[in-house]
Formats: sequence, C-alpha cells, structure tokens
Amino acid sequence: MTITLSHVLFVLFGLMVLGGAIAVVTVRNLFHAALWLMLVFFGMAGLYVLLEAPFFAAAQLFIYMGAIGILIIFAIMLTRAFMRQPMPRANEQWWLAALLAAVLLGVLIFLILQVGLGEVVRAQPVPEHTLQVLGVTLVDPEGYALAFEVASVLLVMALIGAVTIVRER
Amino acid sequence: MDWLTRLLAFLSNAIVNIGAWLQSVLMGWGLPEPTALLVVRAVGALVVGFFPLIVVIFLIWAYRKIAARIQGRLGPNSSGTWAGPWGILQTFADAIKMIVKEDIRPQGIDLIPYNLAPMLVVFASVMLWAVIPFGPGGSLIGTDLNIGIFYILAFSSAALFVFLMAGWSSNNKYATVGAFRAVAQLVGYEIPQLLAVLTVVAVAGTMKMQGIVGAQNVIFLVAMPLTAFIFYVASLAEINARPFELLEAESELVCGYFIEYSGMKFGMFYLAEFMNSVAVAAIFTTLFLGGWRGPWVDQAPILGTLWFFIKMGLVILAWMFIQITLPRLRIDQMLNFNWKFLTPLAIVNLCVTVLVNKGITEAFPGGAPVWTRAGILLLSNVLTVLAVWGVSALGRRREERRAWRAVQTAELEVTV
Repeated sequence: MTITLSHVLFVLFGLMVLGGAIAVVTVRNLFHAALWLMLVFFGMAGLYVLLEAPFFAAAQLFIYMGAIGILIIFAIMLTRAFMRQPMPRANEQWWLAALLAAVLLGVLIFLILQVGLGEVVRAQPVPEHTLQVLGVTLVDPEGYALAFEVASVLLVMALIGAVTIVRER
Repeated sequence: MDWLTRLLAFLSNAIVNIGAWLQSVLMGWGLPEPTALLVVRAVGALVVGFFPLIVVIFLIWAYRKIAARIQGRLGPNSSGTWAGPWGILQTFADAIKMIVKEDIRPQGIDLIPYNLAPMLVVFASVMLWAVIPFGPGGSLIGTDLNIGIFYILAFSSAALFVFLMAGWSSNNKYATVGAFRAVAQLVGYEIPQLLAVLTVVAVAGTMKMQGIVGAQNVIFLVAMPLTAFIFYVASLAEINARPFELLEAESELVCGYFIEYSGMKFGMFYLAEFMNSVAVAAIFTTLFLGGWRGPWVDQAPILGTLWFFIKMGLVILAWMFIQITLPRLRIDQMLNFNWKFLTPLAIVNLCVTVLVNKGITEAFPGGAPVWTRAGILLLSNVLTVLAVWGVSALGRRREERRAWRAVQTAELEVTV
C-alpha cells in the first residue's frame, strides 16, 4: 500500500481529534478544555472533507464551532466557580461518565465487528452530486422527511421555551 | 505587428497564461507534470492568500484619506516626515512601526490563547478568499467548491470563538465585555445574513460561487433589492462597521476585545477587520452585482477581473461612506433592530421570494424570459416592502394611541 496525501492528512486530523479529546478531559482549566474541544471539532471537519462530504464539513464548522462551541464557552464563563483556578480534574460522578463512555465504545466496536472491518475499509464510491442527493433525501417521504421534521419541531420548541423563560411578566 | 497581437492575446487572459507559462518553464527544468502543476497551484494559493494583505495596505491609506477629507482634515500626508505623494506610504511606515514595537505582555494573561488569537483571526479572514471568483472559468478562483457560499459562512462563524479567546485571555474586564458584545452581535446578525444568502441560493439554484455568478443574467441587486439590503446591513454588523461598531466602542469599552494587545498583535486584529471588510465587499459583488460579468469578458477574460475589482471598489466605497458618516447605535437598539426587524423581514423575504420564484418556474414550462423573472421578483420585493411598512405603521399608531390613553387616564386620576 502506498502512502498518499490523504493518508497523511487522515493521520493528522485523527491525531488532532484524539489528542484534543484527551486534552479536553485532562486539562484543569475549563476554558482551555473548551478551546481543545474546538480543535476536536475542527479535526472532525477535516475528516469529513477527507470523506468527500464538504457540506458536513462546513456544517460541522458552522454549527459545532460557531454555535455549540460558543454556547459552551458562554456557559463556562457564567459559572461562578470558573474563576477559582485550578479546578479539580473530575467531579464525583466520574465513574458514571467512564461507564457511559465504555458502553458507547463497546457498542461502536460491536457495530464495526458486525459489519466487518474489511467492508468498512473498502472505499465506497461517492455519489457525484452529494449535495443534491442529501437535499432530496432529507425531504423525501421515503427518506428522512420524518426525522427532519421532528428535528425542526424540536428546535422550534427550544426556541419557544427560551422565549417563555426570559419573558418579562 | 505580429508581436503586438501575440502580446494582446497573452494579456487578454494574463493570469491563466502566466500560470501556463510558469508550468511550462518548470517542466522545461525537468519536473514531471504533476509536480509542476502542484508548484503552480501552490504559487496561486500564495497569491490568493497574500492578495488581501496587499489590498488592505492601500485600503487603510484610502480609508484614512477619505475619512480625513469628510471630517475636514488632511489625513496622511508628507508635510512632517516624507511618506510618498499624498502620504501613500504611511501604512507601510505604520506596519514597520508595529513590527518593531516591544511585545508587551500584560500581567495575568492566559499566554497561549492570548498569543494564538491574533493568528487565528487572520487565518480565518484569509481562508474566506479561497472561494471568491475573480474571473470566468476554473482558474481564476481558488477552488469552486460545490458548497461555495456556505463555506464562507461556516468559516466566518467558526472564527467567532477567537473573539472570546482574545477577550477572556486578556484578563481585562473591558476586553471580556467586548468579547461578549462581539458574540451577541455577530451571532445575532449571522441569522439575517444566512437567510439572505439562502434566498440568493434558492433563486440561483446552486451554492457554487461561479454558479451564482452565472445565474445573474440580470444582476440580483436589481432583481432582489430587499435581499441585497438585508445582506448588506447584516454584513455591516458582521464586519463591525460604524452604525454597529459596538464591539470596540472607544467611549464605552476603550477598544473592545483586543484592548490588551499591542504592536503587531494589535496590527493583526486591525488587519483582519479590514480584510473581512474587503471579503464582504467581494462576496456582495459575487452575490448581487454579477461578480466578474460585464461587457467583452468573452473576448478578454482579464476584463472580468477588472470588472470584479471595479464593482468591489464601489461596494467598499459605500461601506466607507456609511462607516465615516453614521454615529454608533446603542446596544439595545442594535439587538432590537436585529431580532425585531431584520430577522423577521429576512424570513418573510425568503418565503416570498422562494414561492414567487417557484411560481415563475411553474408558469413558464419552457424557462421564463430573463427580464420577466427579474421583473416579477422585483415586484414581489416592492410589495413585501410596502406590506412591512404598512404593518409597522399600524403597530406604531397603536403604540401611540396606547400611550395617549395612558396619559389621559393619568390626568383623570390627578383631577379626581
């Protein structure tokens, strides 16, 4: 097997994601953890680019870095204990988080073994107009129209909820 | 006159021809074709990356000169120390001064994020230029991604956290407040901007930048002036231009999120701000002014680049005039304008335009004539504006009546 540019990039982005993820859970400064999380998001966007899914890469940047990341930093900054540095690395619920992470890892490994590693590694041909295919499947009743609508209802509920909470009485 | 015709033929598509010439020279040195192509591409990427920096250097000079003239001053000039005719070299002097300045580290800063922020902010600004089409064809654009305009929105949105990074790591309350303001404003105005872009994408039928340019047989500024207005106003807020200059508001926050930066680090924030302004002008040109399209582009593609820069220059000039002449809004006015006016307007505009556009496509099975489509879209825009104006006038009258009634009741209570 010859090493191509995309292999090198895959390893780089993979290291970015894994290293960033390890840093997120190990650094003592919460703000730094949030910044490391941004690196993880960026690496994920790079992996999407390598998978020839540019729309997902841009959506990853737009939503995870531009919205969710900002929200996390805001939440951290509004916590009062944030200014007391350095924070302990883990709270008393660490075993629960570790258990959940282990279960998730187990499920993922199980799924990959179910499909078979060879099948996963073999490159699938990418459809030519991924964007159009995605758009059509999202609103196609045979495709993901229901999930799409449910997600939008969920977001509208969140919006209305936010307005209700902050409304002056 | 053979050499003249050949020279003209070379110049008519100069940028592409220079690339081809460079490639042939490299292959003449014995490089294999893919390597030569890679080198040419890398040179092209460097040119695209450095181009905004060069433009910005002269733009800062032009901005200072125009601002000075509007305010009855002279601006940069050679009266004290020589700085070229009309002070044109002033920005170079400023840049050199900034580079040689001492690197000051305030106490209590968070060193790594503090130093990383200026780099990332310039990085994000330069990345925007990768999908700007400077001319026809595939060679005069960094890369014609099929998500084109979404890529730009994604990068400018992803760069938001850098403001928080700079503001918080500076260990300064003004910087932190500035960063909070920056995020409140930029996240908020992203929404009408996104909705305006979505309107354009729906009418053009593609997110490719070249595709959007190609769809403008009638420029979208004429066909969809309301969308252009929403995009322009939201962009002014995104680039922190003066009615929306709340992020650095000198009289309130001293300087905003980059207050603690000095020397070239400050210079990089300043640079990124100007680069974003130029990028927004380029995006506006591409989305609403037909990009590189103009007369005789088919004969001489280099003219397309010229038209692009002329249009972009006009947009930048409009930005400068607005920025120099308007006062700053208050923060509640800025937020109310976005959430209570611009965003609802953008949503209504999106719904109306998409429905009308679909209606036109259905009504003309053989494809609508260019001017018919533009005319109907323009009409729908005008009707939307009238309807919005009517609704807001009604609302205002009701408010006035309520206020008047409140005064009446108060007077009654006093007399009783």
